[in-house]
Amino acid sequence: MTTSVNHAAEIERQLLAFVEKHTKKTWTPDDDFFAAGAVSSMFAMQLVVFIESTFDVEVSGDDLVIDNFRTVGSMTSLVSRLRGE
Amino acid sequence: MNHRIGVLGAGVMGAAIATLAIGHGVPVVLVDVDEDTLAKARKEVRQQLKLARLMGKLPRTGEAELVTTTDYADLADVTSVIEAVTEKPELKAKVLAEVSGVVRPGTVIVSNTSAIPVDEMADSVARPEDLCAIHFMNPPYLIRAVEVIRGPRTGDETMSRVTDLLAALDRDGVVVGDGPGFVINRILQRSINEAARIVEEGRATPEAVDAAFEGCLGHRTGPLATADLIGLDNVVDSLRVLHDRTGDRGYEPCDLLVAKVAAGDFGRKTGRGFYEHGGAL
Repeated sequence: MTTSVNHAAEIERQLLAFVEKHTKKTWTPDDDFFAAGAVSSMFAMQLVVFIESTFDVEVSGDDLVIDNFRTVGSMTSLVSRLRGE
Repeated sequence: MNHRIGVLGAGVMGAAIATLAIGHGVPVVLVDVDEDTLAKARKEVRQQLKLARLMGKLPRTGEAELVTTTDYADLADVTSVIEAVTEKPELKAKVLAEVSGVVRPGTVIVSNTSAIPVDEMADSVARPEDLCAIHFMNPPYLIRAVEVIRGPRTGDETMSRVTDLLAALDRDGVVVGDGPGFVINRILQRSINEAARIVEEGRATPEAVDAAFEGCLGHRTGPLATADLIGLDNVVDSLRVLHDRTGDRGYEPCDLLVAKVAAGDFGRKTGRGFYEHGGAL
């Protein structure tokens, strides 16, 4: 259990670092960067590529929806689920 | 009918057209002379499928097969061919002649040329009635409308097959007549050249030029951001095609465009053009 929490925290940390590097802004895990107009939908694709290459998962089918990529929190949940954690 | 498309050239447009087709369940044979380009295109197609699905622009599942090959003989059983090689008239002529010798008569041959008249390319193929042009926008899997060009020698049967093909690809065709640059690029390439000339003169920055077109005229993307998306190499090639065929000095690529291409700054595909790309898009 503890391990899984730490995993989620580590996933969240890496996702936040990626998003902040690319938007040059600071975000909380619940901020919706698409609603904030900080990025275009093309950025969602960069997130997909980053997630797949960093966490060794494949995002496909019904998971390929923009709602999964709106916040660092939603992406962390997605990655945790795809890794079966 | 069951479509099976041969796509010639695995560059930006060829790969993206392959994405559009297989995403709509139409199998593709993608041909290029270079194995590395094909390997890169396979990766790009996978990513573009995801992007288009993420944006709700392609069916979420069920793509058709993508075959990549360096052998024209693999095109023998396709129902149509879309040529998307570099915008060099002599290269297009060579490729079109070659493919025309491989496919069955009645197979539609489509050129995705930016500016070369259909009737000029028709001289290179065995059956001019089978040839027409479809000018896909970049990226074709996100932009529904395409410019369809009927040459003077294009047959009715070809036009009807093209209509059928575009329906299978879920694209809307706007049919126009033949001539250098057709409709869009006769106007757009001149605008881009003029916009670049304005930047060259120092009258305005790229940001200011685009902001004026976007804010004042309501264009979704200004001419220079559009140029970066198209690829400045393709812009210069298209301008040369237009200049050579019309003699109109307005199409002579301006120094700034030529210098950017010479420096390898092609726009989005190389990370730099009139703008820097690569961060948040």
